[in-house]
Amino acid sequence: MTLGPLLIGIYVFVLASFVGFEMITKVPPTLHTPLMSGANAISGITVVGAIAAATTGAPTVANILGALAIVTATINVVGGFLVTDRMLRMFGKKKKKK
Amino acid sequence: MNQEVIQSTVVPVIYLLSTVLFIFGIKQLSKVRTARRGNALAAVGMLLAIIGALLELGVVDYRWIAGGMAIGTVIGLLFAIRVQMTSMPEMVALFNGFGGIASALVAASVYWALVVQRSPAGKVYEVLGTDEAITVMLSILIGGITFTGSLIALFKLQGKLKKGQPILLPARHYITFVLLVGSFAFGGLAVAATASDSVVWILALGAGSLILGVLLTIPIGGADMPVVVSLLNSYSGIAASMAGFVIGNPVLIIAGALVGAAGLILTQIMCVAMNRSLLNVLVGGFGVTDGGGGGGGSDEYTSVTSCGPEEAAMILENAESLIIIPGYGLAVAQAQHAVRELADMLKARGTKVTYGIHPVAGRMPGHMNVLLAEADVPYEELLEMDVINPEFKNTDVVLILGANDVVNPAATKDPTSPIAGMPILNAHEARSVFVVKRSLSPGYAGIKNELFEYDNTMMIFGDAKKVLQGLIGEVKDL
Repeated sequence: MTLGPLLIGIYVFVLASFVGFEMITKVPPTLHTPLMSGANAISGITVVGAIAAATTGAPTVANILGALAIVTATINVVGGFLVTDRMLRMFGKKKKKK
Repeated sequence: MNQEVIQSTVVPVIYLLSTVLFIFGIKQLSKVRTARRGNALAAVGMLLAIIGALLELGVVDYRWIAGGMAIGTVIGLLFAIRVQMTSMPEMVALFNGFGGIASALVAASVYWALVVQRSPAGKVYEVLGTDEAITVMLSILIGGITFTGSLIALFKLQGKLKKGQPILLPARHYITFVLLVGSFAFGGLAVAATASDSVVWILALGAGSLILGVLLTIPIGGADMPVVVSLLNSYSGIAASMAGFVIGNPVLIIAGALVGAAGLILTQIMCVAMNRSLLNVLVGGFGVTDGGGGGGGSDEYTSVTSCGPEEAAMILENAESLIIIPGYGLAVAQAQHAVRELADMLKARGTKVTYGIHPVAGRMPGHMNVLLAEADVPYEELLEMDVINPEFKNTDVVLILGANDVVNPAATKDPTSPIAGMPILNAHEARSVFVVKRSLSPGYAGIKNELFEYDNTMMIFGDAKKVLQGLIGEVKDL
């Protein structure tokens, strides 16, 4: 048996999905929002693909699409991680006060 | 080190490290103690992945990359710093949309560069390979749906679209179905066409996916937003995975799959909390169509007692135990600080104060927890439904702030009610119940709440924040 790149990709996708399901079966409600927004920031990983899509200086259609993808994905990454941290900091500060 | 070694070894190892960090990050994000570290780990993973991507490119023209990242960073920073905690649902919805559109754009860019620019005469499936051609189409489809779906969710959360009410087009299921089949057809035609002919099919696919996103989200009611927001979160992950298939990068596939799974789990938790199936939520129009609103008896209220803050303050003052049940009304009124202040005053007088949090209270998973955390309410005082429900019958006073359907006893008592079977907070079992609400208007289920007619229930009409400030003033004077 030889696996083509698509099949290997599907294997990876299916296994990673199982890892995801197994890892996060029980989430306390306090963390529902931070988990969602943190996961959302991770979905900004598309930025890696976007970087590879805007590699020339020429204003071609492909480059403009790639650059737009970089902008939107970077907003997702930077904003997502920071706002998640802001929320989690709020949860954390009560412990110190006690 | 030459570029070949970097390509074959260094970059894959960096990507592997980043994958591991994502997995640890998400794992730790789901535990209170480690959540903040988990988020930081995931952020480091992201940084590594970006470094890996830059190394993989080698020396190219960096101007567009740098410009795009700079613009994105500034906008992201502004959002993260300026957003109010009460607007978190909107923020998450918007970011889901950005993630979705980014994946669609990557696929479109790859398609344009390899197909239209480089080999306009060849067939798309020959140029890209059938596998990759199909993943390009899927990436555009899912990314587009996520984008407009998230924007509609955002507008609904802001109350701009019919105040968040469902919008029901005639024959909407048929339109959606036809459009979905049509989009698949456009994608298939694009794969089979020659490069120059395929552009029009790609545009049709893009337009179809954007319209689908709108159609799939508009029939869903405001209070079902927790389900929708977490589902769109899942979509944005799957879109990232698809982009990973397009560019053949396992980090994207894995990270996207993890996010897809996390979003799906949250969606499931939300559905269970409403005793509804995902399909039922997605079909939409809850409590509006099919005459389902009538449920148990008349919709008119007959014997509602109401009182002012003075009377309520006197009862609160003598209460030994108080459970506060916050709902969306608390978020709208931005009353989280006022509620903490009142709770602090009562605690100082010896009252035991806890909060009962329904899983779908508010407009996104965990909405109330974030809101109350902002006001420094210790999270140990926020109790889940299963924990708090046995406590109500031994509780003196329940104060309901802008919640409605999640405390409607009809859910457990009236099998014909549209919300029958939905787990509720058993507020009615307490000795006295105060409901702070602007009017007697129904909640999202569109049914009356028989709790308001109970003998032990008193309504305090008004905006949650103003009523709480009134209560605080009265308790001070006592």
